[in-house]
Amino acid sequence: MPNVRVPSMLRPTVGGERSVAADGSTLRELIYNLDSRHPGFAGHLLESTGSQRRFVNIYLNDEDVRYLQGLETPVEEDDVISILPAVAGGR
Amino acid sequence: MTSTNGKTNGTVRGAALSLDQARRYARHIILPEVGSIGQRKLLASKVLLIGAGGLGSPAALYLAAAGVGTIGIVDYDVVDLSNLHRQIIHGHANIGRPKVDSVRERLADVNPDVEVVTFNEPISSANAMDIIKDFDVVVNGSDNFPTRYLVNDACYLLGKPLVDGTLFRFEGRANVYLPGKGCYRCLFPAPPPPGAVPSCAEAGVMGAMCGVIGTIQAVETVKLLLDLGDPLVNRLLLFDSLSMEFREVKIPRDPDCPLCGDNPTIHELIDYEAFCGAPVTTLG
Repeated sequence: MPNVRVPSMLRPTVGGERSVAADGSTLRELIYNLDSRHPGFAGHLLESTGSQRRFVNIYLNDEDVRYLQGLETPVEEDDVISILPAVAGGR
Repeated sequence: MTSTNGKTNGTVRGAALSLDQARRYARHIILPEVGSIGQRKLLASKVLLIGAGGLGSPAALYLAAAGVGTIGIVDYDVVDLSNLHRQIIHGHANIGRPKVDSVRERLADVNPDVEVVTFNEPISSANAMDIIKDFDVVVNGSDNFPTRYLVNDACYLLGKPLVDGTLFRFEGRANVYLPGKGCYRCLFPAPPPPGAVPSCAEAGVMGAMCGVIGTIQAVETVKLLLDLGDPLVNRLLLFDSLSMEFREVKIPRDPDCPLCGDNPTIHELIDYEAFCGAPVTTLG
């Protein structure tokens, strides 16, 4: 099952876990699968229209999915999905 | 702008190193990749730090120690007790003083070869181009989205390399933007709505994280100045201190980027507070 690395900002939405396994043949399916187990999770990644938020990046392994097939990017068994929200802290 | 020509020991830019300088930089000079020529190049270089805080502190200290000849600092904050667990350039005795004064004095002690140029003012669309234009590399240690987009855009428009870094709790990120090879807008096309992402003040940050990321920024800056190795271009370094893992993800240049894409629509600085929907409530 693909593994999703959860940034600290979103860990409260998945019970504090740093990574979670999730099922789905595409990224969108995987996100909704996680949302079914952790209600509200998808809302951090997706707009109400279902499109990807422009300030939250999602990587399939090391590739930004915006440059693949977006949320319809196929996901394989051993893939690692990383979520990177924009942060501004530097001081 | 205030320029303090730190006691230069009679150094002339590009001139041969003095005996003291040969001793001071001996462990740089002995590196074949640096040598006397590289060290003189550093002494003739100008680096601007946006923010004298968590990231700016270690970056400024290491760049000064390395002999970067001119270091500019933009910050209009004063040193606060709550800064001191991570902003290691400032000391307890400097609480209440302008950060740029604290930085100037500390860097003069670290290395009198360094000229410190201070900008005790907010960086904005009105002054960013003037502040940045004379520097070779910009190091970003700001703490808010309007300043991040502003500095990104100004650096791209001026053709300046930007060494970026961010912190959040136990995590940090670092990368380098070279003009024409992607920019912050390629990474994050739009800022989050105001309040959607907590700041370090709201979320916290482990102090030593600043040392890791700020020092990586200093390393990348020296590499750029000396044209060494492979800079963190088109890739974002991710550091998770809890798992003690470094990873990388790719940052492609976005051909649709409004700033650096194939058909850009941004040709000058804009109103970044309006763009981000939030005022610059903290300093940059």
